Amino acid sequence: MVKSIKKYRFLFEELVKRDFKKKYKRTVLGMGWSLLSPLLSLLIMRIVFTTFFGRNTPHYTIYLFSGLLIFSFYNGATKSGMSAMMENVGIISKVKVPKELFVVAKNVQDLISFLITMVVYFLLAILDKIEFHWNFFTLILPVISLVMLNIGVGMILAALNIFFRDIRYLYDIFIRLLRYVSAIFYTIDRFPPLGQRLFMLNPIYVHIRYFRMVVLEGMVPSLGYHGYMFLWSVSMLLLGCLIFKKSSPKFLYYL
Amino acid sequence: MKVLAVKKVSILYKVGDFRNIGLKEYVMRKLTHNYKVIDFWAVRNVSFTLEEGDFLGIIGTNGAGKSTLLKAISGVMEPTRGVIKHRGRIAALLELGAGFDGSLTVRENAYLRGAILGYSRQFMDKNIDSIIEFAGLQGYEDRMFRHLSSGMKARLAFSISSLVKPDILILDEVLAVGDATYRKKCEAKMKEIMEQGAVTILVSHSLPMVRKLSNKVLWLHKGRMVGFTDDVQGICDLYRAFTDGDRDALERAHELYGESLTQRR
Repeated sequence: MVKSIKKYRFLFEELVKRDFKKKYKRTVLGMGWSLLSPLLSLLIMRIVFTTFFGRNTPHYTIYLFSGLLIFSFYNGATKSGMSAMMENVGIISKVKVPKELFVVAKNVQDLISFLITMVVYFLLAILDKIEFHWNFFTLILPVISLVMLNIGVGMILAALNIFFRDIRYLYDIFIRLLRYVSAIFYTIDRFPPLGQRLFMLNPIYVHIRYFRMVVLEGMVPSLGYHGYMFLWSVSMLLLGCLIFKKSSPKFLYYL
Repeated sequence: MKVLAVKKVSILYKVGDFRNIGLKEYVMRKLTHNYKVIDFWAVRNVSFTLEEGDFLGIIGTNGAGKSTLLKAISGVMEPTRGVIKHRGRIAALLELGAGFDGSLTVRENAYLRGAILGYSRQFMDKNIDSIIEFAGLQGYEDRMFRHLSSGMKARLAFSISSLVKPDILILDEVLAVGDATYRKKCEAKMKEIMEQGAVTILVSHSLPMVRKLSNKVLWLHKGRMVGFTDDVQGICDLYRAFTDGDRDALERAHELYGESLTQRR
């Protein structure tokens, strides 16, 4: 993958540029939209859930935002990875280019939006009187891990989407379920210890928890935690590459 | 010198119920044993070689395997059997809309297209002006692509593919658009490309165009090679007769041109 990006660097850059321009040119707000959209959902959830969960949770806004930030990154990036093949049918069926390029280019796009939102996240954290700490720099690790996870899952979905056109709708249902088991707006203390452990089987929750530990609890997760997190993302990335590579010669029959 | 050699190429293609279905439908069809996939040879045992400056016209009725063969030549698809060897860079003239994006400007689209065709940024920087000029789109560089007429879009597409000096240029049924003046310009351009020693492959249902431009013709019928010859007018006459309803023309063409060029070499 890295090799083909190097060789096709010009194409890769042009694809990223195209996706970027396409996303922002059409909207009046332009780049502002990628800030406004998560902020609005944050606002809504904040209003709705504060009465239920927020009373006993310190810094509830940031608690909520941590979950939303990570989840919407995963959600957006995997979905755009999924559509990457179908959007470029005209190119794929006529020119010999490494197909994974399209998935990765889309992910770069989502990463940029994510990083912009992350700036707002930190600003809100300061407003919420959370003290800045050098620990915050470790957050780069879950971001790297998430990018790998997103690309891996995106590749699997992109391949599946070519074979079955309704994967989009099925994945939407899956995402809805995942949203509820990612502890975005509630805390998991109310569950018995076993239930709390089950949450760790959800890689999205693993990343959200990392952010909360660093930002809200001012601590850095253990080495084992890192290992577990990267075990998820690296194996999803490898699995994604493998599935994509195995199935990509067949794509042409389906396009 | 040989630029392209296609040796005994066969391509197995799959068609059937699997296209454009969802997972739900797939499962239902599997359960009810209503799921059919047909393998068929879209291209069967085709061989030919092209040399510098050759202009090959590929003719044949619908479903003859022309586009599939082109896919194999451009490397998008691997031939199931046989080998394809080529020298240099291949530029395929894409379908009109493919790889162009309506909301980008003409210049941005030109760069994207150039990148897809495998050229470097430096190359595009150097050639962008002549690309725009050849397409006759001066003054439109920063217009949105979707505001162009379809003729203008086609001109831009051809301009990018041809001005980048490919070794093999693949034209799949694309020159039918554009006004008469532009078509003349294209023909002149293609002559120029041929003189530079590049190989051009044209798939067209427009027989006059094949007659005018090609120096070799490949006739495909249902995936098989009817003939490959440099007697352009002769094979075109027979093809014309065949499409007019003379079924024997196919046999005659095969007898005349079926082995001629391949044996001579």
